[in-house]
Amino acid sequence: MKGAAIAVALVLVGVLVFLAVNGSPAFTAGEGELPAHAKNFLALAAPLAFGSLWVAVIALALAALPAVGVALAATIYAPAPRFGRFLGAVLDLLAAVPSVVFGLWGLMVLAPVMVPLYEWLHAHAGWLPFFSGEPSVTGRTVLTAGMVVAVMILPIMAAMCRESFALTPPALIEAAYALGATRWEMTRAAVLPVARSGIVAGGMLGLGRALGETMAVAMVLSATPDLISLNVISSENPSTIAAFIASTFPESTGSAVSALIGLGLVLFAISLVVSIAGRRIAKKGAAR
Amino acid sequence: MTATLTTGQPGPALAHDAAATLAASRPGLARRVKNRIATAAVVGAVALTAVPLALVIWAAVERGSARLDLTLFSHSMRGVVGQGGGLLHALTGTLLITAATAVIAIPLGISAAIYLTEYAGRARLASLTRRAVDIMVSIPSIVAGLAAYALFSLLFGPGTRSGLAGAAALAMIMIPVVVRSSEEVLRLVPGDLREAGLALGSPRWRVIRKIVLPTALPGLTAGAVLGVARIIGETAPLLLVAGFTDAMNYNLAEGRMATLPVFIYTQWSAKGLDTAAYDQRAWAGALVLMAVVVVLQLAARALPPQIAKIRRNR
Repeated sequence: MKGAAIAVALVLVGVLVFLAVNGSPAFTAGEGELPAHAKNFLALAAPLAFGSLWVAVIALALAALPAVGVALAATIYAPAPRFGRFLGAVLDLLAAVPSVVFGLWGLMVLAPVMVPLYEWLHAHAGWLPFFSGEPSVTGRTVLTAGMVVAVMILPIMAAMCRESFALTPPALIEAAYALGATRWEMTRAAVLPVARSGIVAGGMLGLGRALGETMAVAMVLSATPDLISLNVISSENPSTIAAFIASTFPESTGSAVSALIGLGLVLFAISLVVSIAGRRIAKKGAAR
Repeated sequence: MTATLTTGQPGPALAHDAAATLAASRPGLARRVKNRIATAAVVGAVALTAVPLALVIWAAVERGSARLDLTLFSHSMRGVVGQGGGLLHALTGTLLITAATAVIAIPLGISAAIYLTEYAGRARLASLTRRAVDIMVSIPSIVAGLAAYALFSLLFGPGTRSGLAGAAALAMIMIPVVVRSSEEVLRLVPGDLREAGLALGSPRWRVIRKIVLPTALPGLTAGAVLGVARIIGETAPLLLVAGFTDAMNYNLAEGRMATLPVFIYTQWSAKGLDTAAYDQRAWAGALVLMAVVVVLQLAARALPPQIAKIRRNR
């Protein structure tokens, strides 16, 4: 039993060591040794890291309110406990849909439907940097990718929120109602403040998941790996670290492979920082 | 209240008073409108969650059912260009790789959880292991694939691809899931039961084997099933280390091995001339994969009531 615990810890050490050993040559690699014609590792990693963060932030922005809302529906607003359980099952199922299926759906169903919306956004809000430039005719854009990832991280965030909403002391809820509060006033005064750290921690968890999301982004985006752009409806899109690795790896050999492993190390570091921050916030909330 | 008002049975004065109090305590229009808006927003959020799920399921059924025939389950893609062909090779690969992953991750994960709950106490190794599990949960799945690739390149030479490497990558994802859920379930086993066993003079391992594990079994099983559900749809790590092939491969230790998620991906990414046939196969694969995931979810849901029973008895 003790051996198993040691083995689990060793697996993690192994992951780090193998990645570092195989990826480190890439950090000093020069022109010609890296994929996407990059001059050095930083020139390769920076646009991709931007892309990862950009898509993840868009997904988080789209999913945050619905996640809080659906968690409220499953706890405070649920007309009966059975409805809460049903909603829980729906969320579990949504979380279990494989990302490759979401990718296929985003690419073949969602993207074409979104084209008119993008044209409308360009026509009416084109002065914003997000919607300037010619909109994509295929709909395979950063915004579409963000929407698909939003659907994927929604259940994770909602689960965290639901847990913290369910911990609201019943006395607070009843006190608010006794003072004549409406349901929304009660929610704002009693439920949301108590659960604040849980909501933020859920958001961080979702952000971490969105950063690592691979297949859906790789399939939806038609990407230009060395591009940094805030435009979310263009046909020229930045790629993300994970999507770039997945689409480049199968055809790579030698120093290109080591560059991709180095990119994996960068992605690991980013998502580790996000998840540690999330856990800190959750712990602080639990201590209060 | 309205009923008493209309019939006026308890005496008009009393009813009038009650109605007046009620009117006075009724929230003002602005507050009522705000409340309505909030309720509508919550209902909207539920719709935003349920609608994409329904749309994805509908798309898979609508576009996948065209190819849900016998050939799909009896043939591989070997030598197939255009129409026809099946996913037997991918289904076999998924079953083999998932089974290998489960064989690695479930015993290791449950043993580690037993150590954490039953033996560790405040040992430093316990907090170290928990921290390692926390970090492993946040490893993006594609990074697990890269690590498995690096490990197998080191052992068997660069560029090695095999089903076993895929299983190693998936095990890195599944182990923390199993450790966490098992630890949670084992903690629910009442301490009284353990103490009763120890008081009768049983050694600790016997208490664990005869009391703790049987009590926690449904929960442990549910955790394991959810762990399998978590990895069975993983695509990215398998794309990297198990690779893809059109033919059958029963040997985990050697050669590329197709899996369902990678099958779906490659049907889309490496289309032949007859694109409709490839798209149909991709959606049919998606439908089969979703059916597998739903069955696993339902199976895990059917088990937990017995964990709840432990909780109640405590």
